[in-house]
Amino acid sequence: MALLEISDLKTHFFTREGVVHAVDGVSLAVEAGSTLGLVGESGCGKSVTALSIMRLLPTPPARIVSGSIRFGGRELTELSERELEDVRGREIGMVFQDPMTALNPTLTIGTQIVEVLQRHLRLDRRAARRRAGELLAEVGIPHAFERLDDYPHRFSGGMRQRVGIAMAIACEPRLLIADEPTTALDVTVQAQVLDLLDDLRRKREMAMLLITHNMGVVAESADDVAVMYAGQIVEQAPTPELFDRPEHPYTEALLSALPDLDDPLARRSRLAAIPGRPPDLVDPPAACRFASRCPYAELGDCCALEPPPLRELRPGHWVRSAHPASERHLAHA
Amino acid sequence: MKPPLLTVTDLKVHFPIRSGVLFDRTVGHVKAVDGVSFELEEGRTLGLVGESGSGKSTTAYAVLQLLRPTSGSVRFAGRELTRLRGEALRRTRREIQIVFQDPYAALDPRMTVGRIVAEPLQAHGLGSRRSRRASVARLLELVGLDGSYANRYPHEFSGGQRQRIGIARALGLNPRLVVCDEPVSALDVSIQAQILNLLKDLQRDLGLTYVFIAHDLAVVRAMSDTIAVMHEGRIVEQGPAERVYTSPQTDYTRALLAAVPVADPERMRRRKRERRRLQPALDAR
Repeated sequence: MALLEISDLKTHFFTREGVVHAVDGVSLAVEAGSTLGLVGESGCGKSVTALSIMRLLPTPPARIVSGSIRFGGRELTELSERELEDVRGREIGMVFQDPMTALNPTLTIGTQIVEVLQRHLRLDRRAARRRAGELLAEVGIPHAFERLDDYPHRFSGGMRQRVGIAMAIACEPRLLIADEPTTALDVTVQAQVLDLLDDLRRKREMAMLLITHNMGVVAESADDVAVMYAGQIVEQAPTPELFDRPEHPYTEALLSALPDLDDPLARRSRLAAIPGRPPDLVDPPAACRFASRCPYAELGDCCALEPPPLRELRPGHWVRSAHPASERHLAHA
Repeated sequence: MKPPLLTVTDLKVHFPIRSGVLFDRTVGHVKAVDGVSFELEEGRTLGLVGESGSGKSTTAYAVLQLLRPTSGSVRFAGRELTRLRGEALRRTRREIQIVFQDPYAALDPRMTVGRIVAEPLQAHGLGSRRSRRASVARLLELVGLDGSYANRYPHEFSGGQRQRIGIARALGLNPRLVVCDEPVSALDVSIQAQILNLLKDLQRDLGLTYVFIAHDLAVVRAMSDTIAVMHEGRIVEQGPAERVYTSPQTDYTRALLAAVPVADPERMRRRKRERRRLQPALDAR
């Protein structure tokens, strides 16, 4: 059984403008010790999925309306706030896009890491401080022990993210949720932070849910990839398979919309843009949510009539589309 | 041969570091831009790349004279911009426009789209009210928006549409040079491609010259004829885009290129090895 198993999760926001179906039937699994990349564009629901797991969304307006989140055999949606506090930070660590979200600007980073260690592991002050120094060294902060007494603003963006990671892994969680951990960083620093996350995951046999908008980041770091669109997972596959044989028209479109760093003709050609934009999640289309932008949806076709189910085309390769790539030539044959 | 439209020579922008409570004194300088030179021909694009803090945007602002350079020369269409003042500078500014990164911050939320796009025309006293209204409709259509959007407000538009509005505003004065400062960084991939295509089309149709600043090296390659790689206020490498990307001459450029994540797991593995080898070329930060 997978370490984290989400099935048919629906998280909606009840606002004055209506009910926003931010996460609308998401199912995914993260195996122990492996990395699942969750990719999608802004507003697709990837962060809301992560925050639902940790139950960190403001309620109201957000509410998990249905579905289950099983972690290590326990149903997280049924835990009390008190019980959940023992899971957060202890068994599931979280890294945010902006490390200042997780760090208090008025406390030294030593104090903050010690607090986490004492809260969950009941270490005494001295042992906790020693452990905090070791953690900073482990995430690659030079002169780690001296830097315990520095405030967060004394660190550069990349180093601050390393501090955020040290805090997230302090209690040796079995799952790390990283929500756009490198989006605010320069590419050079991004590469270093991704390498660090990957090294830590291997060494500690930790699982990771890596949330990002960047296809390159998942290509590098994830074992499996799930692509989200308009509140749903539209495709999931092992990473090499997803990039070699994408099935969903949205995944295909997303990959071809990316400019290619190694394409000598890039200057002279136009990019394959995706027309239109994602649907309004207050009133999402009842049938396929990508239909209005999909080159394969035809008038009077099933696309406008019924929602396509998520089905397994090949072992481990799931797709939610009536016109996946491998079935298209059949239709025209 | 035609002279370049823009020639920047030994451009320096130094900011004083001040200290002291009662008696302000300068204790040093931040050399944000420290001796930058490049040329740009009309109708071409120079891609300016580098990490944050490398001086890309400061260079652009100094070209536009939004920041007065400490020293050096900026020659645009035969005029020395660093010496222009007052009315002469104002007139020249019509020909150089800028498109900003954040389409949410760059548009005044209390102004209609029509007023936003017409404002530069009005500021330069061009046209009557009626002819400006016609210009706005034409500009909105030029960037792929409906002319009737003029009566709406920025919040009614998505990020991609707002960036189109920003581009329409920049084009109103028929500029020859447009500085694009991270124009697609805040946009999603599917929208990013739409805006890049629009910029390509406008360049082809209007003969525009671009200084294109971006941190995404794949995006810069898709847009640029020549590339300048900046690091700590200087250009460490420049040349035809093709050459810089396929046979970079400095370890810094190599390291920068190797750090770009590409959407291909196979290529990614090779790049990772290359990256680890080049790590010393980058400052640990």
